[in-house]
Amino acid sequence: MTKLKPWISLGGIGVFAVLLLAVAPLVLTDHWLNNVGKYCCWAIAAVGIGLAWGRGGMLVMGQGVFFALGAYSMAMHLTLETAGDRIPGFMVLYDPLAPLPMFWEPFRSAGFTLLAIVLLPVIMAGILGYALFKRRVKGAYFAILTQALAVALATLISSTIRETGGDTGLSDFKYFFGFVLNDPANKLMVYLIAAALLIVCVLAVWQLYRSRFGELLVATRDAEERVRFLGYDPANIKLVAFVVSALMASIGGAMFVPIVGIITPAEIGAAASILMIAGVAFGGRASLFGPALGAMAVGWGQSSLGSTWPDGWTYILGLLFIVVILFLPNGLSSLTARFTVRARRGPDVPPTPAIVAAELEEVKS
Amino acid sequence: MDALIAPLLNGSAQGALLLLAALGLSLTFGQMGVINMAHGEFLMIGAFAAYLVQQVIAASNLSIPVALPVAFVVAGLFGLLLEVTIIQWMYRRPLDTLLVTVGVSLILQQAALHIFPSQGVPVEKPGWLDGQLNILGYEWPLRQLFTILLAAVCVAALAAWLKYTSFGRRIRATVHNRDLAETSGISTRTVDRLTFFAGSGLAGVAGVAASLIGGTNSQMGAQYIIPAFLVVAAGGIGQLKGTILAAWAVGVALSYFAYWTTGSLAQVLAFILVIVFLQIRPQGLFTVRTRSLA
Repeated sequence: MTKLKPWISLGGIGVFAVLLLAVAPLVLTDHWLNNVGKYCCWAIAAVGIGLAWGRGGMLVMGQGVFFALGAYSMAMHLTLETAGDRIPGFMVLYDPLAPLPMFWEPFRSAGFTLLAIVLLPVIMAGILGYALFKRRVKGAYFAILTQALAVALATLISSTIRETGGDTGLSDFKYFFGFVLNDPANKLMVYLIAAALLIVCVLAVWQLYRSRFGELLVATRDAEERVRFLGYDPANIKLVAFVVSALMASIGGAMFVPIVGIITPAEIGAAASILMIAGVAFGGRASLFGPALGAMAVGWGQSSLGSTWPDGWTYILGLLFIVVILFLPNGLSSLTARFTVRARRGPDVPPTPAIVAAELEEVKS
Repeated sequence: MDALIAPLLNGSAQGALLLLAALGLSLTFGQMGVINMAHGEFLMIGAFAAYLVQQVIAASNLSIPVALPVAFVVAGLFGLLLEVTIIQWMYRRPLDTLLVTVGVSLILQQAALHIFPSQGVPVEKPGWLDGQLNILGYEWPLRQLFTILLAAVCVAALAAWLKYTSFGRRIRATVHNRDLAETSGISTRTVDRLTFFAGSGLAGVAGVAASLIGGTNSQMGAQYIIPAFLVVAAGGIGQLKGTILAAWAVGVALSYFAYWTTGSLAQVLAFILVIVFLQIRPQGLFTVRTRSLA
C-alpha cells in the first residue's frame, strides 16, 4: 500500500491537470474561466502555505508580502509596457514633470521582471527566515512578525501614491509581454499559464513531500529539538521550506495581475494574507491537494459571496476559521482519510493525529 | 526643542496605550502560550462601552470615570466567554488558537459594523481633559497625560494584585511552572479564566482611553493588535517590567520615526527594529528563567 500511494497522488495530480487545462476551458464561459484563473493564483500561494505551515509548522500569516513582490513586479512591467516611452498615466496625474522613479526603470526589461519575480521573494524570505530561524524565533512570534510585515508593506504601498499607485493600485494593463490582453485567445493563454504553474507547484511539493527533505520537515514540525539532537539544523530545513513557499506566493501574485487586471494593497495586506490561510486550513493544511482546493473554494466564496453579500461572507469566514480549526484541524481532507481508515481497518481505530504536542518543548525549569 | 519634545511626549502616551493593550496579551501568552488575536477587539468593545455609558449618563465629566470600570467588566466578560467556549478546548494547540481567534476577531469586527454606524461613533471628552499642559514650549494635550496616568494606575494595581493576593500568587506559579502548580493543588483552569478576564478587561480600559483620542470604529482593534504583540515580543513574557519598558520604547520609537519620516514608513522601521532586536535578545528584554530548550 505504501508503495502504491505516491502513484495514487500522481494520478490525482494528472486528473487535476486534465480538469484545469483541458476540461475547464471547454466547459466554462470566458468570465468563469477568468475567475478560475484567479482562484488558481491564490491556490499557487496556498500550496506554498501548505508546505510551510502544514508540513513545516510555520504559520506564515504574511504571504501577502511575497504575493505583492510578484504582483507588483509584474504590474510595474505591464504598466510600463502599456505606457510605452511615456511616464505611466497615474504618475502624471500627481506630478506631470517628475521622472520615472529609479526602481521602476529596470522593470522595462521583460527578462529582469521575470528574474525579479523569482529572486525578490527568495532574497527577502531568505534574509527574514535566516534572521528569525537561526535565533529560534518560532510559533506565535513568527506568525505575528510575518503578519506585521504584511501590514507594514500594505500601508507603505498605500502611502506612496506616486510611486506605486497607492490605494487605487496599478491597473489598465493593455499588453502582456507583447500580447494584447483584451484578446480572448490571449486571455486563455494567460489562464493556461496560471493553471499550468499551479500543476507544476503541486508536482513540486509532491516531490518535496516524498523526499528526505519532506521527512525532515515533518520531523522538525513535530519535534524540532529531537531533530536538532540528531545532528540536523532545523533552521536550515525551515528556511528552505519558507523560501519555497515565498517563491510560490510570488508566482501566484505575478499571474494574478494579468488575470485580474488590477493589484491594490487590499489584495496583499493582513486580511488578504489571512484569506490565503483560511483556504489552506479549510482544505487541509498537511495534505497534497487540500491547500489548492481549499484556496479555490475560499476564493470562489470571496469573489461571489464577498461581493453580493459582504457582511454575511465575513461572518461565514470567521465561523469557518473557528469550526474548521476547532473540529477539523486537518481540514476537509482529513474527512476522506477518516473514512478510508475506517473502511480499511474497521471503525475502532482513531485517525492518527498529525498535530503532536511537542513534548520536549514543554519541559520547563 | 519642539521637535524633540513633542514625539517623546506623544510617544509616551501611545506607549501607555500599547502597554494597556499588551498587558493582557503578555499575561495570557506567558501563562497559557495562547495568543489571542481577538484581543484588539476587546479594546474596541471597551471603546464602544464608553460610548454606551455616555448614552446613559450624558454628562461627560462623570461618564468617563464610570465607563472605565464598566469597560473593564464588559471586555473582561467577553474574554471569559471566549475562554470558556473556545480556548479552553485548545490548550494543546497554541498556534491553532491564534487562528481560531482570528476568526473570532473577524466576527466581532463585523458585528460592530452591524450594530454601530460604519463611520464609528464619537465619544465625548470630559471637560477636565480639554486643556493643554505647557512643557518646554510644547502644548501637551491633557488627555495624553490622562492615558499615561491611567496606564500607571492599572499597572500598579495589576502588580500589587499579582504580588500580594493569593490569586496573584497562583497566577505567578502557573506562569513559572504549570505542571508543578497543578501538582501543588492550584486549579490552573480557574487561574486561566481569571487571567483571561483580567487581561481582556485591561484591553477594555485601553479602549476607553483610545476612544478619547481617536473615537471609535470597528477597525480600531486591528490597529493595536500588531504593535501590542511587537511589545510582547520585545519585552519578553512573564514579567511586567519587560512589557512596560518595551511598550514605552515601541511607542516612542514609532512616534519619532513618524515625526522624521511618515507614519507608514515608521511602521516598517519599527518592524525592522524589532527583528534586529530579536537577533540580540530572542527571548525579549526580560524573561522568566527556564530550562526549556526553546
